Amino acid sequence: MNRPASLTALFIAFSRLALQGFGGVLAVAQRELVERLGWMTREEFVETLAIAQVLPGPNVVNLSMMVGDRFFGTRGAMAALAGMLAAPAVIVLCLAAAYGQLHAYPVAANALRGMGVVASGLVLATGFKLLPALNKSSLGKASAFGLALAAFVLIGLLRWPLIAVLALVGGGGTALAWWRLK
Amino acid sequence: MNTAACAGLFLHFLMLSPMSIGGAITTVPEMHRYLVDQTGWLTETDFTTSIALAQAAPGPNILFVAVLGWNVAGLLGAIAAMGGIMLPSTLLTLSATRWARANREHLGVRAFSAGMMPLTLGLIIATGWLLALPFLRADDHRWSTLALIATTVLLTLKTRLGLVWMVLGGGVLGALGLV
Repeated sequence: MNRPASLTALFIAFSRLALQGFGGVLAVAQRELVERLGWMTREEFVETLAIAQVLPGPNVVNLSMMVGDRFFGTRGAMAALAGMLAAPAVIVLCLAAAYGQLHAYPVAANALRGMGVVASGLVLATGFKLLPALNKSSLGKASAFGLALAAFVLIGLLRWPLIAVLALVGGGGTALAWWRLK
Repeated sequence: MNTAACAGLFLHFLMLSPMSIGGAITTVPEMHRYLVDQTGWLTETDFTTSIALAQAAPGPNILFVAVLGWNVAGLLGAIAAMGGIMLPSTLLTLSATRWARANREHLGVRAFSAGMMPLTLGLIIATGWLLALPFLRADDHRWSTLALIATTVLLTLKTRLGLVWMVLGGGVLGALGLV
């Protein structure tokens, strides 16, 4: 595994990552941190994301702070956080200020729509790409894939509130893993 | 009004932060209640466009909070809202991560991280599905939209093409009226 050379390298890597993330940063985070920079393995990425997800706050921002913290402690976490938020914040606020003029053009709305379609495809692809991490799960392959399917059905199709699915599928998975590891 | 609004924003988002499990997007209904119904700082349309705008811009989706704050009270409003939503969750994330790392051999920690992985993956795929659904439900361009999603998935899995190029390509197809 590689590691960032300095706080500046960390800040730049996360700025670069955030600025590529239209419609969410998850897909880019996976591509950059695992595939391009090699700062974490696919399994570490899923594991860190799993913890980031049950903590309050934006998942990928939590994940970036956890990565920064692992390499450089609090200063690393702050550099990663600043990288994720600073440049995108400037852009989004400029857009907000300009929106009054922009939204008169239907072409702008149509372009946004096309970008949204691709963004949804990127999230799906990231999920498919990370799925093989379950092959190594200590839950056993069948139960791990079964729980992932259950989470998809409950959230995606039945629209259960997240907190209930966290308790049921997350709690169930943790209990099963406890029993298997014991 | 401005200072009071900033203080109100900061405190309200500070309170929402610890509840934002799964991301700040889960507290949107409560933000709507506060900003539109209770204080009347934003109209219904302001609220919806703020979220759509942030989602289309590069960067983490959490920045919709900055846009909401901006639309209430300008730059200071944006800073107050972001500060409020980020402060508690940041502190909590850092302390929880360190505790988990220090106790990584503990049975509970190992069971938790293995047990949560399937949920995380199911959730990612469900998110992609829910993001795609409104586009697929729209009457026009349904098939070209489906084809674009399928192409995006294939290109991401099979090639190393930069993700930005795919998103920009989608923007061009959208602007041309093809999807």
